[in-house]
Amino acid sequence: MPLKSVIEAVREAMLEEMRRDEKVFVMGEDVGQRGGVFLATQGFLEEFGQARALDTPLAEASIMGIALGAAFRGLRPIPEVEFADFVWPSVNQLIGEAARVCYGTNGALPVPMVVRIPYGGGIRGGLFHSQNVEAYFCHTPGLKVIAPATPYDAKGLLKSAIRDDNPVVFLEHKKTYRLVRGEVPEEEYLLPIGKADVKRSGENVTVVSYGLMLHYCLEAAEVVAAEGIDVEVVDLRTLKPLDKETVLESVKKTAKLLIVHEDNLTGGVGAEVAALVADEAFEHLDGPITRLCGPDIPTMPFALPLEDAYMPNTEKVAEALRKLAAY
Amino acid sequence: MTQAKPRSPKTSRRGKATGKTTGENRAVGLPEGLTEQDLLNSYRQMVLVRKTDERLWMMNRQGKVPIAASCQGHEAAQLGSLLAAQQDGDCFFFPYYRDLAVKMMVGLSPTQVMLSFMGKVGEPYSGARQFPLQGADLEHRVIQISNVVGAGLTQAVGYALGGRMLGDDTVVLAYMGDGATSQGEAHEAMNFAGVHRLPVVFVCENNRYAISVPQSQQMAITDVASRAEGYGFPGVVVDGMDLVQSYQATREAIKHARSQGPVLLEMKVERLMPHTTDDDDRRYRGDDELEQARLRDPLVTFPAYLKELGILTDQEAEEINAEAQGAVNEATAAAEAASPPDASGMLSHVYAP
Repeated sequence: MPLKSVIEAVREAMLEEMRRDEKVFVMGEDVGQRGGVFLATQGFLEEFGQARALDTPLAEASIMGIALGAAFRGLRPIPEVEFADFVWPSVNQLIGEAARVCYGTNGALPVPMVVRIPYGGGIRGGLFHSQNVEAYFCHTPGLKVIAPATPYDAKGLLKSAIRDDNPVVFLEHKKTYRLVRGEVPEEEYLLPIGKADVKRSGENVTVVSYGLMLHYCLEAAEVVAAEGIDVEVVDLRTLKPLDKETVLESVKKTAKLLIVHEDNLTGGVGAEVAALVADEAFEHLDGPITRLCGPDIPTMPFALPLEDAYMPNTEKVAEALRKLAAY
Repeated sequence: MTQAKPRSPKTSRRGKATGKTTGENRAVGLPEGLTEQDLLNSYRQMVLVRKTDERLWMMNRQGKVPIAASCQGHEAAQLGSLLAAQQDGDCFFFPYYRDLAVKMMVGLSPTQVMLSFMGKVGEPYSGARQFPLQGADLEHRVIQISNVVGAGLTQAVGYALGGRMLGDDTVVLAYMGDGATSQGEAHEAMNFAGVHRLPVVFVCENNRYAISVPQSQQMAITDVASRAEGYGFPGVVVDGMDLVQSYQATREAIKHARSQGPVLLEMKVERLMPHTTDDDDRRYRGDDELEQARLRDPLVTFPAYLKELGILTDQEAEEINAEAQGAVNEATAAAEAASPPDASGMLSHVYAP
């Protein structure tokens, strides 16, 4: 199988779906002529024309609201928010409106829309080009939230998201775009939304993660394996709806749970996973549910030592695993 | 299209007369494009909406209707625009919360309206999950997702964009109050519609109040319509207390929207009641102002105009009123007898299948 980067996988997923269904289109700032600031839509303008590779004014609320209206008309828009940090002007349309449409119309009006959002830090982005925004959307009934870590998952899940009749927030970690490469089959495939994936099987400790952090967890698992700690790494892939079964099954096997995410600790996805395991696997636990997350500051600072101090990394994960394994 | 100032009430009540005496327009001075039947039908609608609106307030005070936003004073603007849209035959509506006349007269029965306001089974917009008549009535081509002011405007523009991509000819009517024009999303919606010359008629029902905040504290301009210039499309001031003028302006706007792009219609109206049944407008509005406004009430001026045209007699007007009252009574009784929804359905439809 050919090796592809995450950004190539994302581009291929959209390309295939746009060729398959003419109701699918991309819109957002710089997605046309520029091909997207990360080149996710490179070549789309040439192949699909201006209407389906639609450069919009620099105004996120209308990008989201117009995409939503087009979805009402039966189109399948993929609005791109250039950086997660810029999503806030549009949350009225996303959380306030789109998430409530199906429920608020008693099921009459589906919202086939995928909001692509490049997110995350470790790229010297400072307070306004590094944000993790997943917790806000995970709190909102009516939205689905996906955060893949690998090219294979990114492609298969994005294609499924485009075919889904609900508003999907599709989070792409910017640092994985070119850093992470992996095998992607030539033939078409879809991956189910709402299914986690055990990326490494192990017996002693479960670590649950997603996005960029998943890779640090896999590295850390190898580091501690040499020390005799056998780690199971669960990649959530979909943050909402959460795949409870896979998480619980793993914890019941290992009896120990570490949750790792880059987002702030408080009220993050990890809190929900911790609550789930406390509720439904309490008797199986043989150690404290542990979270290794970004500290509760407003996103990682710009200066390198500060950014490094914010980010969980392989060493920090390995240390947390050792501590938990020894408990 | 040029920007028109509202005509004086006396001339505007007459609308634009053609003096044709052929065909259905036998009466002298019928406005262009309208038959006696159209005008009488609009009057019937107006009376039915008003009687419904009045009943809703009464039922609110009885504790039977939790909330109602009144359209009293806005009926001529709403029904005039609706008449033009229905004549056109290919319009889609994104109304706002004060558009009872639009939502009712696109095709709902008085009973459906009452079921909606009482939150009963048979509620047509949301299965009684939302405020009355909020959600979607797709059968009649209406969507109003929320009452976050101005939030429907970008959606309306998106709907028009989607229609263009699919190659249809639909014109979208996007309604808002004056308060909504202060929202950034209103600007974004109009700007985008202007850039792409989308077939959207923005209908601003300017009653000069955002709940209690007067126009002078909302904007530094006299006419909301003048903002259209900044978006590169026409803005037209309309006497929204005049059904015929509202109809004619909307008819022109729909034609323009389909062939050349958006239009902003500013319908100058009076809000004859408080913002909603929960509001007390005595805290911010003088009696004198309301008395003056009531002189322009379309339920007074429109039948007077029809009588002047010779197409309505006092007796016919009485009959129309009695008929509407009967329909509202029946609807009220039917809705009161209807069941509330079962709570077991509360968890459904969070997601589409």
